Amino acid sequence: MADIDTKEAVYVTDKLIAEDIDAYLVQHEHKTMLRFITCGSVDDGKSTLIGRLLYDSKMIFEDQLDALTADSKKVGTQGQEIDFALLVDGLAAEREQGITIDVAYRFFNTEKRKFIVADCPGHEQYTRNMVTGASTADLAVILIDARKGVLVQTRRHSYLCHLIGIKNIVLAVNKMDLVDYDQAVFDGIVKDYAEFARSIGIDSFTAMPISGFKGDNITTPSANTPWYKGPTLVEHLETVEVLSSVDADKPFRLPVQWVNRPNLDFRGFSGLIATGSVKPGDKIRVLPSGKTSAITRVVTYDGDLDEAVAGQSVTVCFEDEIDCSRGSVISVADNPPQTADQFESTIVWLADEALIPGRAYWLKLGTQQVSATVAEPKYTVNVNTMEHMAAKTLDLNAIGVAELTTDKQVVFEPYAENRTLGGFILIDKMTNATVAAGMLNFSLRRSQNVHWQAVDIDRKQHAGLKNQKPAVLWFTGLSGSGKSTIANMVEKKLHRMNRHTFLLDGDNVRHGLNKDLGFTEADRIENIRRVGEVSKLMTDAGLIVITAFISPFQADREMVRAMLPEGEFIEVFIDTPLKVAEARDVKGLYKKARSGELKNFTGIDSPYEAPRNPEVRIDTTVISPEEAAELIVNTLLGDA
Amino acid sequence: MKTLTHLDRLEAEAIHIIREVVAEAEKPVMLYSVGKDSAVMLHLARKAFYPSPPPFPLLHVDTTWKFKAMYELRDKMARDSGMELLVYQNPEAAEKGINPFDHGALHTDMWKTEGLKQALDKYGFDAAFGGARRDEEKSRAKERIFSFRTSSHGWDPKNQRPELWNLYNARKARGESIRVFPISNWTELDIWQYIHLNDIPIVPLYFADKRPTVERDGMLLMVDDDRFPLQPGEVPVERSIRFRTLGCYPLTGAVESEAKTLPEVIQETLLTTTSERQGRAIDKDAGGAGMEVKKQQGYF
Repeated sequence: MADIDTKEAVYVTDKLIAEDIDAYLVQHEHKTMLRFITCGSVDDGKSTLIGRLLYDSKMIFEDQLDALTADSKKVGTQGQEIDFALLVDGLAAEREQGITIDVAYRFFNTEKRKFIVADCPGHEQYTRNMVTGASTADLAVILIDARKGVLVQTRRHSYLCHLIGIKNIVLAVNKMDLVDYDQAVFDGIVKDYAEFARSIGIDSFTAMPISGFKGDNITTPSANTPWYKGPTLVEHLETVEVLSSVDADKPFRLPVQWVNRPNLDFRGFSGLIATGSVKPGDKIRVLPSGKTSAITRVVTYDGDLDEAVAGQSVTVCFEDEIDCSRGSVISVADNPPQTADQFESTIVWLADEALIPGRAYWLKLGTQQVSATVAEPKYTVNVNTMEHMAAKTLDLNAIGVAELTTDKQVVFEPYAENRTLGGFILIDKMTNATVAAGMLNFSLRRSQNVHWQAVDIDRKQHAGLKNQKPAVLWFTGLSGSGKSTIANMVEKKLHRMNRHTFLLDGDNVRHGLNKDLGFTEADRIENIRRVGEVSKLMTDAGLIVITAFISPFQADREMVRAMLPEGEFIEVFIDTPLKVAEARDVKGLYKKARSGELKNFTGIDSPYEAPRNPEVRIDTTVISPEEAAELIVNTLLGDA
Repeated sequence: MKTLTHLDRLEAEAIHIIREVVAEAEKPVMLYSVGKDSAVMLHLARKAFYPSPPPFPLLHVDTTWKFKAMYELRDKMARDSGMELLVYQNPEAAEKGINPFDHGALHTDMWKTEGLKQALDKYGFDAAFGGARRDEEKSRAKERIFSFRTSSHGWDPKNQRPELWNLYNARKARGESIRVFPISNWTELDIWQYIHLNDIPIVPLYFADKRPTVERDGMLLMVDDDRFPLQPGEVPVERSIRFRTLGCYPLTGAVESEAKTLPEVIQETLLTTTSERQGRAIDKDAGGAGMEVKKQQGYF
């Protein structure tokens, strides 16, 4: 952790500020913005470099310097010198540990641009922080200690930046002062890096010899490196193209955030333009419906616009009253994005709890939110060696490629083409934590993988012959709530009415189809998934399926609901309070669970998530099993 | 084709964030403290939903010790924007007569920290917009834009949700809430420039004028009303002062200044070498980690 040489650093206040503030403001008003990340470990001089950039652009104030001087004496690692890492590092917890544990954002200005720096830690276990910082960056500065050359962590940082799609990579060979500004050292490192970069698909990068400590090639060309003819770091940062201007040249896409409807005369659709541009008169298409119309107005508080571009928040109005709501994507009419429900995706796992393949998570992409399941990864990537490894799941900081299935069609574009319509997060349905970030690579049309055998007699014909509408009556409730009893009565009633039915009972299924499954969380999900698939096949055959499983998790029940056509999944919640079910204890299981003999027992040491909106709710403390069965049959047939 | 300036992009980002919250939260509110950051926030909210008025109320957690000029502007802005203004004063603090002169840190704790928690609970708001910026203070540099709070309003710096791209996770269980900071990425200069370009009304105290002051513990305090207890021998002196930040008048230090226009204020800001929060006593509590400790307790 090198300290900055404060004697060398000078406050370079723009003369214009003192001489002509109005002219300065006009200049500042026209600045563009660049977001970049710095990657490197503390030893690479990252904090010193950022400290230098802030210092040179006058973003460190006197009182902050005073506080820093005091802090440096107390906890710094530089003896009596100023320790600039303390300025750049923030939270008390990490100050004690002496490492940066999270992404911090810093700001500085030059005459041409405003900069937002995401300061990312270099430690391996913090892949998630680097990916977070990189996700909004136009450019990455990868720091290398000139004395050490390309290290394992250099590879890791470069791989992650490339994975997130950062096109502008700066290789800053730092601490050149400690190798006597030797061109041979610099050239050697650049050659090594170029070889590695090519191997992972980085086409180009800009290398420069610098010293954050001495200030070489930061803001002014250094006399110590006459052999280097390229730009200084700041010059490069000031001129490189920003992402939003690249996005403006792509086809128009506007994910709708909010429908603006103050009165009957105005109906507008608000959102941030992801790519392209829009003007009144443009023909548009709304996805996923595919309906077309034309733009009449681009509305803002400051007046209607003739044209709006990627990166602007606007409200647009259509010529026709077509369906459009939050989650819709407004696109140029003749070049719309695709919709799909199965994808190959690259996923970075961000949570302590590992991925559970098959479990349903919320997926948020742009303004769309759907339920999604991730299959077992095809492989994970070792970020140090780039090797592909087999894996059953994804742990914290793991990066893997896996198939992903959503319960609804998602409007998307491959991440490489559109960050907004290709990047997503996964949210745990129980804890609401953000557990993963991912990128959609391409859609998997089912036919590409599993070929469906075309059959001449389809589900409609099966059902037609039986003269009934297929459905699944999905009973859920605590053990001993009365599910099996009532389900049995329902089947008898339907049978008497000449309905073709089949009852799948929890215990019975576990004797055969699912006898290989235990009671761990993953096995319980698989149990429900198989029952769901079997139920689906039976409805294809035209049957009315009745299932009686505790099925304690909302996400799993929703997974089955999503497998079936709309309206065919009827959730029947047998609502018996725990104390009533436990008092009955028909199978003596509660007693065993209370004594600790039986683990993971729903209601005792494993949660039961009651349905939020079941189609039928039976309160067994109020009505008899016979009445309940009557009610369920009426609901089923009344609906048919 | 139009090239977006940094202010264009900051504005678009803030509007996007505000709209996301309205789309996903059940009952959002905008905290309104009448300062320059609040002024910008209110303006952004009006832009985000135009031609509709912003679909949430403003909440002022009042300490009863704000500058008179602040109360005047607050009421005017609420009228002009067509938004509902909720004013909350912690009844317990009022009853005990908590004030900045006699009670020190307890004043901020009861009126602001406790007052805010009580107000959010009383109305059942599940998302609250705040005007905090990452450049203000060290612990803010790592604050998320969507900052998740437990049902007791606690903030756990080690357990915040990662934020990628511009995807915000606004999901939460009943009783939990989020604080949202749409202007996280703005600097003090950006705020001033935006106010200048958009001609946003701000409290006149930001501009230099002759005002009655006393000097205490190295801070210049303004004698805003007769509740200010003068110490023996202390006589208010007329000085040309202005404020870089506005809070409770007895806790907010003024700077001597001649800057009477916005460009002059910006000029002075850029040429000065002390940071904005220096005028506030709050960062110096509890050693270097003052603000972080406050946030864990539920302070904004």
